Amino acid sequence: MSFVEYSEFIQEGDVAIIFLGHDSMMPVKVQQGAQTQTRYGVIRHSKDLIGQRFGTKVTCSKGGWVYVLHPTPELWTLNLPHRTQILYTTDIANITMMLELKPGSVVCESGTGSGSLSHAILRTIAPTGHLHTVEFHQQRAEKAAEEFREHRVGHLVTVRNQDVCKEGFGVTGVADAVFLDIPSPWEAVKHAKNAMKRQGGRVCSFSPCIEQVQKTVEALANEGFQEISTLEVLLRVHDVRSITLPLPDFGSDQPLETPTDTPVPSNASVLCKTTTPPRDMAGHTGYLTFATKPSV
Amino acid sequence: MADNGDNDSQHRVNEGDYVVLKRGDIYKAVQIQKKKKTVFEKQWFFLDNAVGELYGTTFEVVTGGILQPRKPKCVESSADAKEAGMDNRNILDDGKSQKLTRDDIETLKEQGLKGQEIVQQLIENSTTFRDKTEFAQEKYIKKKKKKYENSVMVLRPSCRVLAMMYHGREPGKICHLRYDTLAQMLTLGNIHAGSKVLVFETCAGLVLGAVMERMGGYGSVVQMYPGGGPVRAGMESFGFPSRFHDTLHEFPICHVNALLAGALDTEAKDIDAGVRLLVIASRFHPCPVLLGLIKFLAPSRPFVVYSQYKEPLIECYTKLREQGGAVSLRLTDSWIRHYQVLPNRTHPVLLMSGGGGYLLSGTTVAADTPKMGPTRGEEPPPKRLKLTETTEG
Repeated sequence: MSFVEYSEFIQEGDVAIIFLGHDSMMPVKVQQGAQTQTRYGVIRHSKDLIGQRFGTKVTCSKGGWVYVLHPTPELWTLNLPHRTQILYTTDIANITMMLELKPGSVVCESGTGSGSLSHAILRTIAPTGHLHTVEFHQQRAEKAAEEFREHRVGHLVTVRNQDVCKEGFGVTGVADAVFLDIPSPWEAVKHAKNAMKRQGGRVCSFSPCIEQVQKTVEALANEGFQEISTLEVLLRVHDVRSITLPLPDFGSDQPLETPTDTPVPSNASVLCKTTTPPRDMAGHTGYLTFATKPSV
Repeated sequence: MADNGDNDSQHRVNEGDYVVLKRGDIYKAVQIQKKKKTVFEKQWFFLDNAVGELYGTTFEVVTGGILQPRKPKCVESSADAKEAGMDNRNILDDGKSQKLTRDDIETLKEQGLKGQEIVQQLIENSTTFRDKTEFAQEKYIKKKKKKYENSVMVLRPSCRVLAMMYHGREPGKICHLRYDTLAQMLTLGNIHAGSKVLVFETCAGLVLGAVMERMGGYGSVVQMYPGGGPVRAGMESFGFPSRFHDTLHEFPICHVNALLAGALDTEAKDIDAGVRLLVIASRFHPCPVLLGLIKFLAPSRPFVVYSQYKEPLIECYTKLREQGGAVSLRLTDSWIRHYQVLPNRTHPVLLMSGGGGYLLSGTTVAADTPKMGPTRGEEPPPKRLKLTETTEG
């Protein structure tokens, strides 16, 4: 298993995603002799996981069952341990396309945070690309590096523990794309420009607050970036439902003879297959600002 | 992976390249052919001078239809203190403020005046310009520039650029698939180098091209197609190197049932075994397409189905639930909004996309053997799904 390549059978050392039911999942590190508790019973790694196919149903000790899924960056985003607020798949998908990421891309990213976007980038740029990710918090940087190794993507990424606003990304003139998710991205714009290839590239800054966006757009314009564009995306989920709607009883069109005490109730109803929105939805994550470094 | 700095030939336009022309928000995909007239935004010109220049260069179109690389950053000298008003209470909109007539402007164009110079003439001949507020003046200049400038940027094709082009120019050709929805499909579908992807699309080949771009020439793509032959125009616009085409195979859908029944030999080699990932985006009813093609997927693989309309996907969802073999089913659509960001003038842009289509996504799981435990919101599948043998991962 790796996050950038599918394999068929579960092996020791793999990360697997246990699917418990609707919207309920958990990550598991597969180890000989280990056990994982679930509400459906115990999963014994040696017996139930190792050697099994990804995607199969696993029966737990109490008789209940779960599915074991091959990890993907999308599943990881939903299950990873949060050290910071993370980016979710909706934003990640747009960032990936708007930065024109593809196999072979060289990308610079700061801050690494909990590695949600990092995993998605690694999946997209493999096998020939590279990610230079900068995180100014030492423990988070170390934890991220550890996870990349466990997920067998360490060869595609370099983690640097430094402040991108002061010291940049640690590389210059190599990046096809730069991504910023930091409190003061305008302070890193010059470093972003230097990290990018001389012939041009794409940059993206993610900020929750519009004031940050304004400062960043100004900095980008001052540094000569073009095609500056700010947008936001939201995902709307539609819950499929079968609903029963009762039909009104307008009675007979014949004149009433005697008022009856107990009118015979009509139970006519109609079944509709439709969708309903969830009660709440994510209304804002952050503004995405994109720009192109011109070839000069 | 470091860039040597000297060898930037891969960043330069070559004859025969597929490129995308851009002006403002308008894009057009063309192929560079010397001495061939290209039309773009009501202008005719030759692309000859683009050859040898870096991608991303902006050109001015000068008389004769010749492209001239634009000097970088002609500084807009707002050094001269512009005379401006405070508000519009005294400005009358009687249509008579501009003294130049349409004929006058045509004459200026014929004299070979550059876009910037024409804008300058318009400003000087406007009686109300100096009464406008500074913001209104900037807006006026921006509007006139957009109308009279004749610059063209030559871009390298990419999913981003082509998806925006198709959505802006010919949305009907791509089932009104908006670019952010396409972005979701590629990510939710886990399209990556080395995948074996099954694509069924009637989006002029745009979706196929987007999938191939994310695969980088590694792995394989099987394009299922209805009718006479596969449509690939959109894919060709990506300008992939020829080795990418080696990974592309096609398969007519009229043979799908035969293939599933094991009645085909020769063509089956292309499909191979254990297709990993499934992407569907077509004008066909998605339900039978999905239920038919999902049989090719190994377990624990994501699939994504696009439909311009919601109801057919509701049907898909319901049928998949009944049949089993898939988890994490989600019916979603994406909402996108652009912003104008200017000092003291930051707000969402006035016009917004009304809709970008719908997606049904999920992950396959192993088909069940008849005996198993209590259901969990999923009815037991009534029949076995045929799983093809999987080779190495």
